[in-house]
Amino acid sequence: MSPGQLAPTPHDPDEHGHWGRWGGRYMPEALIAAVDELAAFYEKARVDPDFLDEFARLLRDYAGRPSLLTEAKKFAEHAGGARVFLKREDLNHTGSHKINNVLGQALLTKRMGKKRVIAETGAGQHGVATATACALMGLDCVIYMGEVDTERQALNVARMRLLGAEVIPVKTGSRTLKDAINEALRDWVANVDDTHYLLGTAAGPHPFPVLVRDFHRVIGIEARAQVLEQAGRLPDVVAACVGGGSNAIGIFHGFIDDPSVRLVGLEPGGDGIDTDRHGATLTVGTPGSLHGAMSYVMQDEDGQITEAHSISAGLDYPGVGPEHAHLKDIGRAEYRPVTDAEAMEAFALLSRTEGIIPAIESSHALAGALVLGRELGPDGLIVVNLSGRGDKDMDTAIKWFGLGASS
Amino acid sequence: MSGLSSVFATCRAERRAALIGYLPAGFPSVEGSKDVLRTMVSAGCDIVEVGLPYSDPVMDGPTIQRASEEALRGGFRVRDLFGVVESVAAAGGRAVVMTYWNPVLRYGVDAFARDLAAAGGLGLITPDLVPDEASEWMAASEAHGLDRIFLVAPSSTEERIDLTARSSSGFLYATSVMGVTGARDVVSSAAPALVKRVREHTSMPVAVGLGVRSGAQAAELASFADGVIVGSAFVSAVAENRVAELTAELAEGVRQVPAPA
Repeated sequence: MSPGQLAPTPHDPDEHGHWGRWGGRYMPEALIAAVDELAAFYEKARVDPDFLDEFARLLRDYAGRPSLLTEAKKFAEHAGGARVFLKREDLNHTGSHKINNVLGQALLTKRMGKKRVIAETGAGQHGVATATACALMGLDCVIYMGEVDTERQALNVARMRLLGAEVIPVKTGSRTLKDAINEALRDWVANVDDTHYLLGTAAGPHPFPVLVRDFHRVIGIEARAQVLEQAGRLPDVVAACVGGGSNAIGIFHGFIDDPSVRLVGLEPGGDGIDTDRHGATLTVGTPGSLHGAMSYVMQDEDGQITEAHSISAGLDYPGVGPEHAHLKDIGRAEYRPVTDAEAMEAFALLSRTEGIIPAIESSHALAGALVLGRELGPDGLIVVNLSGRGDKDMDTAIKWFGLGASS
Repeated sequence: MSGLSSVFATCRAERRAALIGYLPAGFPSVEGSKDVLRTMVSAGCDIVEVGLPYSDPVMDGPTIQRASEEALRGGFRVRDLFGVVESVAAAGGRAVVMTYWNPVLRYGVDAFARDLAAAGGLGLITPDLVPDEASEWMAASEAHGLDRIFLVAPSSTEERIDLTARSSSGFLYATSVMGVTGARDVVSSAAPALVKRVREHTSMPVAVGLGVRSGAQAAELASFADGVIVGSAFVSAVAENRVAELTAELAEGVRQVPAPA
């Protein structure tokens, strides 16, 4: 871990967690004491050498950091000849960037003296990472997962159970990620004394958007140094997929003070944003409060939250972290939708050209890079956050591409 | 004195607690909810809380979740809420609305306050809006003469109880347990302690909710609180067709002279 990964930045929200109109705490009073406690512990921890050392040691010796930066030359031939570098979060222990945040929050949980951890998961990446950290640190672990997601990510359910976590399929609402968060919040309010809610993305009430971002800032800090060393210059574009937005905010922050670097978030466009089956919250959402923060949300004219749709369970969420709403508003980052079909094409292309099977989530960023590369031309340079590996997505790939034994 | 304050003043004069009953608008249908609420008013609810069904009710247990989902599946729209409130007011009842914040934001905070006041509603209970984020609602409620009912919880610090009391009007909503809505067999032991703490900060009436379903429980709460809030039990009573009976039982409960401590 680079020194100062958790240090306060000029881009932090105000003391109540607001970036302009975004963020804050839109949540029950019953949980305010818990988020106040978390904020107080985090403010101490982020500048405490002992905490920083312990976190750095875990990232290095357990998660396997630093992750590689790999140039994808054959893939780049399909991206207008621009150079494409992949930040290999897929090589982390548990197979995605999620491990960074869970190790940080699990350490905080122990500091707060809490014994039980709950978490939501969509694709199962965050659930697996949380179950892993809890196994390592001897914490009880309960994972809420939408029933729809338990079906399309059965392998990850088995992994979590093997790691000792209790997995509870959520059968309410749309039975996906947002409902898993609702159920986790209901658990938290009843058990807050001994339980930490280990939120998996840079959303939710203050201080979650800040602390989740900070635990992932290592991605951008490493990537910036690596691309300078390997390419001799800063990239033109940093591309990352955005569901809740944790991997994107982590890599964006490494480059946020480099005005020449465009930060591009790729959202799940599902069947297309001209249909009602997508999850492109920043592209077509409207301001609203969901799961504790003010941000863009997908909602109908009555303010009822609508269901997101994406082939990727990890991006299938009708909200987004408030800092992304802020970066969009001030024009520092731009956000584009990528359809299911475009993402799956990039998924297959990276597998064939580079021998790397990406997560379908990350394939949205890869698909964005193909388009951005053609826009930039042969002089362009793009860093893509390859936020996770695709082993978990083989069932979806088998169906999409007809890869079954009979074909 | 606001409409709500006068209810509590009357109840105090009668040496009893107020009975506050909750039902989601649109459950079992828009017209059905008007009928049920009128029954609740005529059978003895001093105040009714009209719930606004919402897609993501994180503070509600299964009973109210299911009722809200049923209302939304039945085509309930936010604009229907005001008709339901109007029908309570026309029947001589006193209505406040209980709602998650996002539908109010989407409707427009000032427009929502204006239309609620015009329908005869007296205030708004906001389970996921804390005073810290409520500046727009403060202004709108002042402008349209509505009471603001914020919540306090057993986990609230003294500082937050004070802030919440200063930001509220009409009454304070004290959640008796750390948890979501739903009838429970035993009223929490946390409730008396919370109400006692609240009273050190304010003379405003304090109503206690979460978990109440019987006349005996209502009587227990009435011994130390100014109001007893019942929600899930009314929702369940709709299916069992015993709303009037439940109301009568609870109304009797809040009138029981507390046993000497």
